[in-house]
Amino acid sequence: MSTYIIRRLLLVPLLLFGVTVIIFGVLQFLEPVERSALYVRDFPKNDKQIEGIIRKYGLDKPIYEQYWRWLVGVKDPASGEREGGVIYGDFGYSRTASQPVVDIIKNRFPNTVDLAIWAVVPMLSVGIWLGVQAAVHQNGWVDQLARIFSIVGTSFPTFVFGLLVLMLFYANLGWFPPGKMSDWVSQLIYSGGFHQYTKLLTFDALLNGRLDVFWDALRHMILPILTLSYINWATFVRVTRSSMLETLRMDYVTTARAKGLKESVVINKHARPNAMISIVTLAGFSVVSLLGGVVITETVFNYPGIGKAAADAAGQLDVVTVLGFAIFNGLILIVANLVVDVMYGLIDPRVRLS
Amino acid sequence: MTATTAPTGDNTLLKEAFSDRKIGRLERFLGPENYRILKGLLKTPASIMGFTLIGMFVLVAVFATLIAPPVGNDPYKIPRDGFSGEPKGMGTEWKRNVPDIPFWYKTVTGKDHWVHLFGTAQGQYDIFYGMVWGARTAFRTGFIVVASTFLIGVIVGSISAFYGGAVDNIIMRIVDVFMTLPFILMALILAAVLSPVIGKSLIPSIIALISFGWMGYARIIRGDILSVKERDFVLAARVCGVRNYRILFRDILPNAIFPTLVLASLAIGDVVLSFAALSFLGIGTQVGYADWGQILSFARNWITSLQTYWYIVVWPGMILVLFVMGWNLVGDALRDVLDPRMRGKS
Repeated sequence: MSTYIIRRLLLVPLLLFGVTVIIFGVLQFLEPVERSALYVRDFPKNDKQIEGIIRKYGLDKPIYEQYWRWLVGVKDPASGEREGGVIYGDFGYSRTASQPVVDIIKNRFPNTVDLAIWAVVPMLSVGIWLGVQAAVHQNGWVDQLARIFSIVGTSFPTFVFGLLVLMLFYANLGWFPPGKMSDWVSQLIYSGGFHQYTKLLTFDALLNGRLDVFWDALRHMILPILTLSYINWATFVRVTRSSMLETLRMDYVTTARAKGLKESVVINKHARPNAMISIVTLAGFSVVSLLGGVVITETVFNYPGIGKAAADAAGQLDVVTVLGFAIFNGLILIVANLVVDVMYGLIDPRVRLS
Repeated sequence: MTATTAPTGDNTLLKEAFSDRKIGRLERFLGPENYRILKGLLKTPASIMGFTLIGMFVLVAVFATLIAPPVGNDPYKIPRDGFSGEPKGMGTEWKRNVPDIPFWYKTVTGKDHWVHLFGTAQGQYDIFYGMVWGARTAFRTGFIVVASTFLIGVIVGSISAFYGGAVDNIIMRIVDVFMTLPFILMALILAAVLSPVIGKSLIPSIIALISFGWMGYARIIRGDILSVKERDFVLAARVCGVRNYRILFRDILPNAIFPTLVLASLAIGDVVLSFAALSFLGIGTQVGYADWGQILSFARNWITSLQTYWYIVVWPGMILVLFVMGWNLVGDALRDVLDPRMRGKS
């Protein structure tokens, strides 16, 4: 087991290096002046300034040298302060949002986490339940229904589904508005009468004992949750179903049946836990992709998470900012993949032995 | 000589060997396994439905000039009936830039002047025109992206599998890195970076989708080559002293490529979906280009009044869903046919 984990850990620096190289490679499409946003706030105005900045930060140096500077930052000889430096968490300055990229991430990430926490519950539970039912009643009506359901689900682009539910539940019925909170809640937070413990709005509302705020936050999140769940259910149902079918064909399941166990015990106690092994990876990936900010869903529902921030910046061609999000996203993915792989090794002996 | 009697028992391989089935020319050409896949695809109801849907879109794309006669020089530019910001409803009269009346128009609608069949989006872009010509855009982008990603994937995957060892290890780690990057975000970034360099057109998005879409094929073809590589005929070729690249391209690839090829051809639905997503986010084509994602992005400005302007979402949305569903239906049937447990059952 330890060699498996060590082998897996050795891959992490490699992935980090690869991801930063690709992202830095994309940056090379920009003019040196535009790249100065990696280090300084103000866009240089005249030629003399431009030249000074390019020389100071080595924006005309060979690529490997620039990569190193980008990674560790540049020391200002006068003040001794470091500017830039991705490994220190400085992803540059967003000119369209007029603040450092890290600050945008700090402000927006709690919203994304809040949405992810609430979206995961229906996504996993309903998806897995439906998949198990489809496998147990193979070729029955539940199975056929699940099949149609998942084909339709995979065919719906997120934004089309999102726009349709917005049309129905917001424009027509007026039940669930887009955005993150109503005006009175933002006024409440602004006035200081609402203590932000975790920065996750729903949890803060509960900690403050304000059920009305909690309900308001949830009301804004229901449509994104529905969209995310529906889009992901299709995959979950399919994978759960096939993995469950495979498990049900195993000899030990036949043995369990032969010794006269109740069918519900056979399915829930014997078959399902083993069928869940392949779901762990998928579930891990889904949670990670939620944390990375769901660009399209957040944009459709105008939900202020990091996905929306990235889409906004990309729409205004603010590349330095979007690349900051990409690095952050890549970091989350690398760490989360590591966790998923290790967990996978822990629960499935076949993986760590191979 | 006594005639061989077919053995009894539930052994599909034996049954196959002793059956008097005629083997057609197509089967001989494709080989038994590939032939079975093809036959399975043409027999499942779901995939027949899928093929029908795809066929309809092909017809629309091919006959776009007859269905919606182009106005002006560039047929991919959706004709505008004025410049007003407010969308116009379905069936409202077409006043400026009126196209020629096509042959089907009078019999289907019973009118002798053009109306906006599906309404207009903001800026008076005709939605019907966007949908018809968008089908061409969809096929074009889909084919280009799928063909390129397939080619890159096959080259990278076969080199990796054929040479093995350190080469394989390095290439597969690079594939890992590309897979770690968030797909839609990276495509978004690359398209955004390329737009000012190349100019607003289909190309930035196409390049972006190709750059981050080839890894899956590389992995699949690598696995298939690894299994073909050990077969006897490859060994025979080696013994005869055939050169490496010739073994790879003449002996191994033709025997390993079929599953990847089928998978790739069905990926067009997904590619068109990602492309539409980029357009929806405002990256890629210039405003007014006939492209489904583009029309849908107009709806973003009218979210509070979608009960009135529902046609901006529903029609282009429906067309996009049907297109993707056509490919998915065939793909779903294919997954069943490719399932090794189904092997030997016709």
